[in-house]
Amino acid sequence: MEPVIEVRHLVKAFHTNRVLNDISFNLDRGMNMAILGKSGVGKSVLAKCIVRLIDPDEGEIRVLGKDMLALDAIQLDEVRKRIGYIFQGGALYDSMTVQENLEFQVRRTREEMNKADLQDLVEEALANVGLLQAIHKMPAELSGGMKKRVAVARTLIFKPEIIVYDEPTTGLDPVTAGEISELILDVQKKYNTSSLIISHDMKCVKMTANHLKIITNGSFYTAGTWADLCESQDPEIWGYFH
Amino acid sequence: MDNQKTNESLNNFFSEIGNLVLFTRNMGQQFFSAPRELVKQGYFIGVKTLPLVVITAFIMGMVLTLQSRPVLMDFGAGALLPGMVSVSFIREIGPVITALLCAGKISSGIGAELGAMKVTEQLDAMEVSGTKPLNFVVATRVIATTFLVPILAFIADAIGLLGSYLSINMYEPMSFVLFISQAFDSLRQPLKPSFSASSLV
Repeated sequence: MEPVIEVRHLVKAFHTNRVLNDISFNLDRGMNMAILGKSGVGKSVLAKCIVRLIDPDEGEIRVLGKDMLALDAIQLDEVRKRIGYIFQGGALYDSMTVQENLEFQVRRTREEMNKADLQDLVEEALANVGLLQAIHKMPAELSGGMKKRVAVARTLIFKPEIIVYDEPTTGLDPVTAGEISELILDVQKKYNTSSLIISHDMKCVKMTANHLKIITNGSFYTAGTWADLCESQDPEIWGYFH
Repeated sequence: MDNQKTNESLNNFFSEIGNLVLFTRNMGQQFFSAPRELVKQGYFIGVKTLPLVVITAFIMGMVLTLQSRPVLMDFGAGALLPGMVSVSFIREIGPVITALLCAGKISSGIGAELGAMKVTEQLDAMEVSGTKPLNFVVATRVIATTFLVPILAFIADAIGLLGSYLSINMYEPMSFVLFISQAFDSLRQPLKPSFSASSLV
């Protein structure tokens, strides 16, 4: 299967703290891969390196066939438009309404789009996450789950081929977390996206991911499907599943 | 070991300088690329700061006149009051209080806003969606501040002189035309080089 993300021998250190140490993996098209690990092991750093929010020290990252570390700013923006990134807290622009949040990046990157088409695009994206009624609300008026949904809608507006979810269910109640997990699956089916899910919410991982990787001390400790890893007696793995 | 530490410190220092130069260059390239945000920031920086500048300048103008008047009257130099107030207000006090107020109000506001945006990953969200936060968030605020602070200083000067005029009229009637004429006559006198140097400081 065609890989959409290829990471080879990735290394990232902050001063003397080597957070990522020789990380290599592929994310194939249509795959939902979860990366598990304790807090502070470098899961989010890995996700940010992939979209080059953080520059790695060594290694190679290819996204949709492009060498991310060799791209100039304009080429990088073009690739980034094909990648959605859902931040932990949603990262909605708090001075703008939901509609403006969705319109903002389209206006800034596709200036030729007319107002009616833009409105349709925004309404379609919000309808897909079931939040059309919140179109005129400010982020401060939304619950945590709604913010995550709006963040997904904001990402969907570019119809990305890959979505990186950075702890999509953290801080949500179990019911809302379940809804977000279902939304991840719905989005994957409807838009045929490949997803990289950074999480330590095992319910979310079980529901959404078809391949799991566990990261410890900056490297992948093990990988496999939920069923494979669930049966492991290794104490390092067992703790996640029981 | 010491050499290595020194090299590392020098390396960090020059990296930081390099980053600042690149940051300034990128910002310069992206001036005026977000006109709607520029207008919005102009409103927040200019209009929202105006009441504070007006009240402060008015009070400063009045107080300066009230405090200077008795001394000048003692020396029989009351007629010099408008000129003295206008020179000190327009050349020094007006721009200084405007700059201090703007530094306090606008800078702390911008700092808090950008800090919150960084912490809540809003800047990263812009970056990752292909929207450069630099031109939207930083350049607009820098341009708005650069253009509006001198305008605020000009308004502060005018309001300060108005305060001074009202203050003089509390003691003796004086026509506004005479006040303005005396005020601007003093300003026409050329600056000594030493005065210009002190203004720069």
